[in-house]
Amino acid sequence: MEESRSRLYQGNEACVEGAIAAGMRFFAGYPITPSTEIAELCSVRLPQVGGTFIQMEDEIASMAAVCGASLAGLKAMTATSGPGFSLKQENIGFAAEAEIPCVIVNVQRVGPSTGMPTSPAQGDLMQARWGRHGDQEIVVLSPAYVDEVYSLTIEAFNIAEELRTPVILLMDEVVGHLREKVTLPKPGDLVIKDRKKPVPGSRYLPYAPGEGEDGDVPPLAAFGDGFRFHVTGLTHGPDGFPTNSPSVGEPQIKRINSKISSRREKLCKAEELFTEDADILVVSFGSSARSAKKAVKDLRAVGVKVGLLRLITLWPFPEHVIQRIAAGKLKAVIVPEMNLGQLAREVRRCLDGRAPVIGVNRVAGKLIEPADVIRAVQEVK
Amino acid sequence: MGSDLTKYLRVEKLPHIWCAGCGHGIVTQAIVRAIDELGLDPAKVTIVSGIGCSSRAPGYMNFDTLHTTHGRAIAFATGVKLARPELKVIVITGDGDAAAIGGNHLIHAARRNIDLTVVCYNNSIYGMTSGQYSPVTPLGSFASTAPYGMVERPFDLCELVMGAGGTFVARSTTYHARHLTNVIKQAIQHKGFSFVDALSQCPTYFGRRNNMKDALAMLNWYKENAVSRDDWAKMPPAERGSKFPIGVFRDEEAPEYCETYRKVIEKAMEEVGAK
Amino acid sequence: MRKEFRLAGAGGQGLISASIILAEAIASRTDLYVAQTQSYGPESRGGSSRGDVIVSDSQVDYPEVTNPEYLLVMTQDACSTYAKDLAPGGVLIADSTYVKEIPSVNGTVKSYPISERAREMGREIVANMIGLGILAGLTGVVSLEVLEEAVMERLPKSTWDLNKKALRHGFEVGMQMAGGGEEVGEGTRA
Repeated sequence: MEESRSRLYQGNEACVEGAIAAGMRFFAGYPITPSTEIAELCSVRLPQVGGTFIQMEDEIASMAAVCGASLAGLKAMTATSGPGFSLKQENIGFAAEAEIPCVIVNVQRVGPSTGMPTSPAQGDLMQARWGRHGDQEIVVLSPAYVDEVYSLTIEAFNIAEELRTPVILLMDEVVGHLREKVTLPKPGDLVIKDRKKPVPGSRYLPYAPGEGEDGDVPPLAAFGDGFRFHVTGLTHGPDGFPTNSPSVGEPQIKRINSKISSRREKLCKAEELFTEDADILVVSFGSSARSAKKAVKDLRAVGVKVGLLRLITLWPFPEHVIQRIAAGKLKAVIVPEMNLGQLAREVRRCLDGRAPVIGVNRVAGKLIEPADVIRAVQEVK
Repeated sequence: MGSDLTKYLRVEKLPHIWCAGCGHGIVTQAIVRAIDELGLDPAKVTIVSGIGCSSRAPGYMNFDTLHTTHGRAIAFATGVKLARPELKVIVITGDGDAAAIGGNHLIHAARRNIDLTVVCYNNSIYGMTSGQYSPVTPLGSFASTAPYGMVERPFDLCELVMGAGGTFVARSTTYHARHLTNVIKQAIQHKGFSFVDALSQCPTYFGRRNNMKDALAMLNWYKENAVSRDDWAKMPPAERGSKFPIGVFRDEEAPEYCETYRKVIEKAMEEVGAK
Repeated sequence: MRKEFRLAGAGGQGLISASIILAEAIASRTDLYVAQTQSYGPESRGGSSRGDVIVSDSQVDYPEVTNPEYLLVMTQDACSTYAKDLAPGGVLIADSTYVKEIPSVNGTVKSYPISERAREMGREIVANMIGLGILAGLTGVVSLEVLEEAVMERLPKSTWDLNKKALRHGFEVGMQMAGGGEEVGEGTRA
């Protein structure tokens, strides 16, 4: 690409460019509104950089192919929306259990079920966290701006590679279809992370924790590199082979959880505005947070002591950030979101009664307006 | 005697989980023997499986091995193959895995003609879950979920894969172990999608419910009912009864998917001046 | 500074495309921030069509256009639907080829036979470029040169000449409108 330059990108387009900049060389997908542009652009862009795009026969197969390609050494991604996200869950769980780095993009639309395919929602916040069976921590990032889609897609790949884990980029239709200015960093300015690899010729235990910092994330060989290792979705020991022994299985299951939960503070990114002296806090994410930001700025302009916490990392949940802000005196916490209170429920859990949590909710495809948030704040006063 | 095959096995992982008399060890041996006779570099062979009795085989095989989710082995294998086309990718699947929950992936991989070798350990029953009927359980047979006899019409998996465009399609049985090895060899050598329907006895859950008390009875049944493809073609339909054909039903050349996509990459790179 | 633009008409009039070219020109060749959205769904098949652009000197927060300062309407339907949303003191630009009745608005109304002029130039399909040119000439938000560059980036080469001609014509009309010059055409005014 040419040197640093600004241009107009659609959110879905910025996701593809960010992924390619991060080193994505494999994409498997299935058409679904409002994420389809991501697949279409990958079909154009990937072969231009020597990568591979494939439109699979269904959503499940796309997620499976992504896992296979990643195990064969490529950085891999898929993209979908609500119904497809539901279908992919089993194989996302496989990626978590088998510790396969990959990125899953969900451009959220209105649900339940087929819902409103072309309209925005944020109703998959909890599904992203809890949609699979069994215990597994998962990293979920949520951009609100098109330039942030670009940088967070790179970040998603970096985290996936560093922690050998699936990472979900939870977008919404507004951000996916919005066009905004993006200033592309110069390739040399990008920070790109790659998975640790085992030392050639060494005895390779693909699930054995090692020493030191990041020792809880074992290196990952690629199929064909000569290590001849085994990968399974069955609970397994350090060698990767199935076990029914609780004393072998429990550390494995705990490790795939703790490698994420123990890095909560490092993983959690958020934007704060006027939170130092706020007596009312607005917590939001994705496109709703843009409306919240406008509301907070307008209210500050007329002297209302309101602050904004925009969550960029949704999971692991930034409870430490919320608790720090709530250590001051908060009269109320307002949570605007395009669902019926999924984030509010989590915020309430973190505050544990320290302040009332008031939801501002829309669910039928209309973006929350700044006026909705302003009204909620004024009702507190 | 051929060469020592244990070098292709993870002998420390034995004994295997299969029941006494199960045919899956014979099919696994046939695959390993085929790899040996072809002289493939074990570091360049990846074996992918789904869920079920058959799909435990890769755990005992000393290659890069991937034991995936139910029905999805072919889709995972598609990702592996596209990422590293130089690898030989062999899929081990069962009849429930390949033809029921994974039927969609089977037909689409055949349609694409991607260079995978799929060996279906076909015992016409769900063994792992103790004997429910599968899409290939013969009409009238008994299963734990067909207590009054099977009422659904079965798939002929070879016909299915040929209908979907598979370019190499063959069938053999555990009784015909040498023949089975040979068709697997041909399948691995074939460039494009290859499918081997490997009939494998399940005395525990199929045989005992269907008047074949042990493995020997089932192997005898294969012996008596299998006829060569050419004999089958000459056989009047009225005489076919419970008999079935074995052999190579299709061996055709067609553009292979990875090679075709390689040309897409070359064209795209040329257009943007990356080459 | 935050200015909202809405370009509304019928599917096939190229208004979404015009809104993208406007946004592209601002994004790649000015220091301003820009956010472009459009109507999706059944509306985008035939029926009505709409492209929205927000221009700002700081990052755009709320990304949707609610009360455009500049509203270009190229069908009677679009005019009837959106005229009431015009921001107080805003400018409504109507394509008098198709817009015959303009509801009373709390702003300025400018009319010009956009589609008719495009037809005279050779193809009605370039009416969107005349409309875009008017918006640019009227507001000064981007220069003609910058818009022309964006056209050349987004549209096929075979269409450049005619599109640029239409753009230039629109730009001149827009500048005249800005100068308080003649309001061409007719319409009911506030």
